[in-house]
Amino acid sequence: MTSRYSALALLKEGLVGHKGWQPAWRKARPKPAYEFIIVGGGGHGLATAYYLAKTHRKTRVCVVEKGWIGGGNTGRNTTIVRSNYFYPESTAVYDLALRLYEGLSRDLNYNVMLSQRGILLMSHTQAQLEIAARLCNQMNINGVEAEFWGPEQIRAKLPLVTQSLSARYLPNGGVWQARGGVARHDAVAWSYARAADRLGVDIVENCEVTGFLMQNGACVGVETSLGEVRSDAVGVAVAGHSSQLMAKVGVQLPIHSYALQAMVTEPVKPCLDIVASVIGTGVYASQSDKGEIVFGGGLDRVPSYGQRGNPPMLEAVVSGLVELFPAFGQLKMLRQWGGIVDVVPDSSPIIGPSPTRGVFLNCGWGTGGFKAIPAGGTLLAHLLATGGHHEISRPFDLDRFRTGRLIDEAAGAGIAH
Amino acid sequence: MQLFPCPFCGARDETEFHYVGEPKSRPEPANAVSEEAWSRYLWFQDNPKGPSRELWLHLACMETFVMTRDTATNAVLGSQSLRRAPP
Repeated sequence: MTSRYSALALLKEGLVGHKGWQPAWRKARPKPAYEFIIVGGGGHGLATAYYLAKTHRKTRVCVVEKGWIGGGNTGRNTTIVRSNYFYPESTAVYDLALRLYEGLSRDLNYNVMLSQRGILLMSHTQAQLEIAARLCNQMNINGVEAEFWGPEQIRAKLPLVTQSLSARYLPNGGVWQARGGVARHDAVAWSYARAADRLGVDIVENCEVTGFLMQNGACVGVETSLGEVRSDAVGVAVAGHSSQLMAKVGVQLPIHSYALQAMVTEPVKPCLDIVASVIGTGVYASQSDKGEIVFGGGLDRVPSYGQRGNPPMLEAVVSGLVELFPAFGQLKMLRQWGGIVDVVPDSSPIIGPSPTRGVFLNCGWGTGGFKAIPAGGTLLAHLLATGGHHEISRPFDLDRFRTGRLIDEAAGAGIAH
Repeated sequence: MQLFPCPFCGARDETEFHYVGEPKSRPEPANAVSEEAWSRYLWFQDNPKGPSRELWLHLACMETFVMTRDTATNAVLGSQSLRRAPP
């Protein structure tokens, strides 16, 4: 039986007809009780379970997922990883995630296909150029390397970028983060699931949490479609469904669930070497290893759980892509889909204890959750294992909406919420 | 594209409209409102899945009105002028 992935294992299994590969994770049934339950089997939930087991040696952990793991936003994003944010608090969390991504394939013994090809955030007006310079300076002050590029550098890196002087959105400069790039989203979910499972975590799919079990004013577990499951604490990582789930214990959140669309073109030969993003149109694009242009833009700012979005925003995003790369106007669009993004007024996540004792939140990542998966998992695991905040998560506590200490990353996040 | 029903202008393209938020009443009087109550009013909402009453603005005539939509299917269920029914 082969459970560890390696070139030698691949060779060995190839010689015996690949009969020895083990399932990447067990299809577990829930036990009556655990020390920790994680609701939500997306990237953040699975990473939380892994770090609970690995870092905190807590293995009596169960991840409960109502569908299939990674089937929500984790399987629907445009795979970008980056840490080009503005505030020191944000930099701490997103660069923690990027540093963890840098070692992830090795740590989890699974190729997450991290490609640090670089990400460029482009401006096209004088005001945006100044914003780009400001962001570049702030990133460097925060200890994250960034370069300020001019039009010549952009044209050298992006031969297909629009160059006509009559172009509506002609790039005049931008912020370059060399360590940014893409990773294979499904692999991130599956690698954390496999690694957590190997440490003894139960992953239960097709099991929906229908309520919380309360005793003496504290949460002692969850009610699920497969019965009651007890625990000392519950971590909630359900993104766009956070309001729905927390309503079951009478908790409101500062969240709107909106649709975020993503699209992919037919595959073509390599023609886009980096992740390209534009401040003015909000559009971002990269080319997958299969050759498809994977792109997206602003969200459909209309409450929706439909995972689709509407044609006007689709048209706006496609227009933005074609404005940036006129040659892409020739491409056929292969597929369009959407996710449910949990958007918070200051475009920063909510990490911390919920108003319900024993229930801890990791949500509000909005359109930017994929890049943060390793950090979200680390921080929620810390909260659950110790009962208190990690230094990095404290600023993102839900309480900031009462105190007014918002971390307004609308500019840093690149896409206004 | 969807057509949304402005109570005054009739069915118009969705691009003429702007989502404002959930109907809420501002807590009064201002000098007696706690931090928690003000924070709840400013930032927190139900964010329902399914039939939902929402405040919308028709940009063409600048009227704010209530539209009922199903947030799971994006279907429009109806609209109502705010002049007749307070939130």
